[in-house]
Amino acid sequence: MSVAKVGTRTDFPAEPPEHPTAPYLRMERIPHVWCPGCGIGTVVQCYATALGRSGVDLDKASVVSGIGCSGRAAGYLKLDGFHTTHGRAIPFATGLKLGRPELQVTVFSGDGDLTGIGGNHFIHAARRNMDLLVILINNFIYGMTGGQNAPTTPLSARSSTMPFGNFEPPFNVPHLAASSGAAYVARWTCLHIRRLTWTLEEAIQRRGFRLVEVIAPCPTLYSRLNKLGTGLDGMSFYHDNAVIRHGADTRELAIDFQKGIVCGKFVDEEKPTFSELMDEHYGRVLGEKYVPMPASGGWQHG
Amino acid sequence: MQYWRTPLDAARMTGAHGDVVIIADRCKGCGFCVEYCPLDVLVMSREFNRKGYHPPAVVKSGGCVNCNLCEMICPEFAIFSVARPPEAELQRAAAEGGP
Amino acid sequence: MKADPAGVLTGAHYLDGDFACGEGAMAAGCRFVAGYPITPSTEVVERIARRFPLMGGTFIQMEDELASMAAVVGASWTGSKAMTVTSGPGFSLMMENIGLAAMMETPCVVVDVQRGGPSTGLPTMVGQGDVMQARWGSHGDYEVIALTPQSPQEAFDLTIDAFNLAERYRVPVMFLMDECVGHMTERVVIPEPGAIEVVPRALTAKPPAEFEPYRIDGGTIPEFARAGDGYRFHTTGLTHDERGYPVMSAGCQESCVRRLLDKIQGDADRIVRFEEEGTDDADVVVVAYGITARVARLAIEQARRQGVKVGFLRLIVLWPFPEKRIRELAGSVGAFVVPEINYGQIVLEVERCAGGRCDVVSVTHGGGAVHDPAKITGEILAAGAVAA
Repeated sequence: MSVAKVGTRTDFPAEPPEHPTAPYLRMERIPHVWCPGCGIGTVVQCYATALGRSGVDLDKASVVSGIGCSGRAAGYLKLDGFHTTHGRAIPFATGLKLGRPELQVTVFSGDGDLTGIGGNHFIHAARRNMDLLVILINNFIYGMTGGQNAPTTPLSARSSTMPFGNFEPPFNVPHLAASSGAAYVARWTCLHIRRLTWTLEEAIQRRGFRLVEVIAPCPTLYSRLNKLGTGLDGMSFYHDNAVIRHGADTRELAIDFQKGIVCGKFVDEEKPTFSELMDEHYGRVLGEKYVPMPASGGWQHG
Repeated sequence: MQYWRTPLDAARMTGAHGDVVIIADRCKGCGFCVEYCPLDVLVMSREFNRKGYHPPAVVKSGGCVNCNLCEMICPEFAIFSVARPPEAELQRAAAEGGP
Repeated sequence: MKADPAGVLTGAHYLDGDFACGEGAMAAGCRFVAGYPITPSTEVVERIARRFPLMGGTFIQMEDELASMAAVVGASWTGSKAMTVTSGPGFSLMMENIGLAAMMETPCVVVDVQRGGPSTGLPTMVGQGDVMQARWGSHGDYEVIALTPQSPQEAFDLTIDAFNLAERYRVPVMFLMDECVGHMTERVVIPEPGAIEVVPRALTAKPPAEFEPYRIDGGTIPEFARAGDGYRFHTTGLTHDERGYPVMSAGCQESCVRRLLDKIQGDADRIVRFEEEGTDDADVVVVAYGITARVARLAIEQARRQGVKVGFLRLIVLWPFPEKRIRELAGSVGAFVVPEINYGQIVLEVERCAGGRCDVVSVTHGGGAVHDPAKITGEILAAGAVAA
């Protein structure tokens, strides 16, 4: 047999070798539902890599999604996965975390799911500093339902329900999280694969409400309705227009239509989570009488 | 890769090399890997895969430095790179009948 | 399995129905409650919030009822027995995730202390207008179990039964109190923990490699794995196959949803519960539930004094509905009289089951008060006169 050369390998087995991320994925479900040029798969790849590097016990890691394109992420990760109702990923994850405090719970969902229909849960989980990592994929539009206006659609951008351009001011998602009390807030685009992976790895190690917003292209709807080209054109836009400003004032992170996108880590604070506050408070007020929920969950399993 | 001068330790150091593995039938032809490969190792092939997309193909034999950027940026889990043993190792392996 | 002593307040107490329900939940092993304040149900969670820290339970007041119900479904997937508590307006908001609980086959208990509706209605006054909503409130086809206590003692006893049924059938169980039962204070006897039978969460014994979350190996109810035990399972509110993976097809819809119905309908004989008295030779049978059952009892006594042969069927489990028994009775009685604090909901079920073989009389009340017993008596007498 000749020496294998790049590009001319002939010694591949009939079945291609397994992708390095395969242990973290439900490979029997790949290919996934996401469109060509959609960035969600890249975020899943970065998250899976970060999860592997973080060394967390994967048996104790759960992922919860809401509804929508990004909401399908829970279905591809080989963890305990919960594909819940529209907007309710965060409260579902709250129950999961409080029911078994030792779980490492990640919410993986989209901008419409988390800040539209689920906006109230988002701010309250941040306020309580609920111990959840929230990965919010922002493609500026409701993708799965056909490109309707989202709470994140930039002013003047077209959507199928704002055919003459959006006139509603959008949310500045990192600011929403930070001003509601989130302990960790970062934003990247899905072109920033290295930094996103490092951030996710770091965020997995932190405690409290952690928001990582990832801007991703939606070539099928957002880009098409706004004549922005393919997914690759979206990536190229991020390449030219994303700037990194760690520690930026979150008030300055609003995203205007086809203008600069400020990325980086904006908030990284050590502060007690809901459960820690509860334990500390009851411990102080009730003393020995306080019985905390065991880390492995509530009483009684057959 | 072009250097403005030959590094002083060029004789002692060996750069990282890798092999790109493409799982062609998973590809949806987004082109991310081709566009962002820092060494332009990849091109869009003219072949169709099972789903009718053009998967990438390796054009620069020996150009991959195993940075795994293609692996990280691919939304389809369809491409990755694996470290390639140093050239000397490969030659020795070839002499002994292949790796 | 016997109750955890930490949750059981053994002894005779003077409790209102809401407190008794809370005590029942704690005795049943409930250790996670998420809720949002709403009259007239709030006392249930107030009781629990005070006692949970002493027994390893977690209560969280969520931002709304949507979140409360979602959190309960999430917590149940950790193996915790979980409950939420609300009244009509909140019950409406919970329907979304009650559907999710039904679809994911998540054991949980939803307490609805009914008040007058629709909308904000009569926040502090009684109603029984949520009984159809309890059955049909979420979209699509699914089955639930619903219980209706008539007293604080039953609020305690039946809450334990509600948890046990939820575990046994992997369904959300609706606990339909009403404002009167919730706010009525009576003697409640709580037994020793050793005398309280509770059904624990049955966790699968299969190794993860062999486990599929919705596979049926005999019977109609799949085995359960909780999050964090290494099963790495997937579950979804989408129509799913045995692996818990979404499958968008008519065939999968049939097998997925059909079983949600079959597991309850097929076992209805074991779940249905009612109290029956004097129906053997009755010309008229009164069908009632909740607080109205207690009002109806007085009306029945008055009617009997006037010579009418009146039987009484008190519904304890409202859903699944006691179809068989109503059908049987429809062949022998002249009329059913159905008083309820709404404009005629359960009477529709009675009519359906009677199938035209006897009269069915609806005795309505819009809510805000219980029936005047004389009104029910009047209807019994009128129906009795026709039947005799």
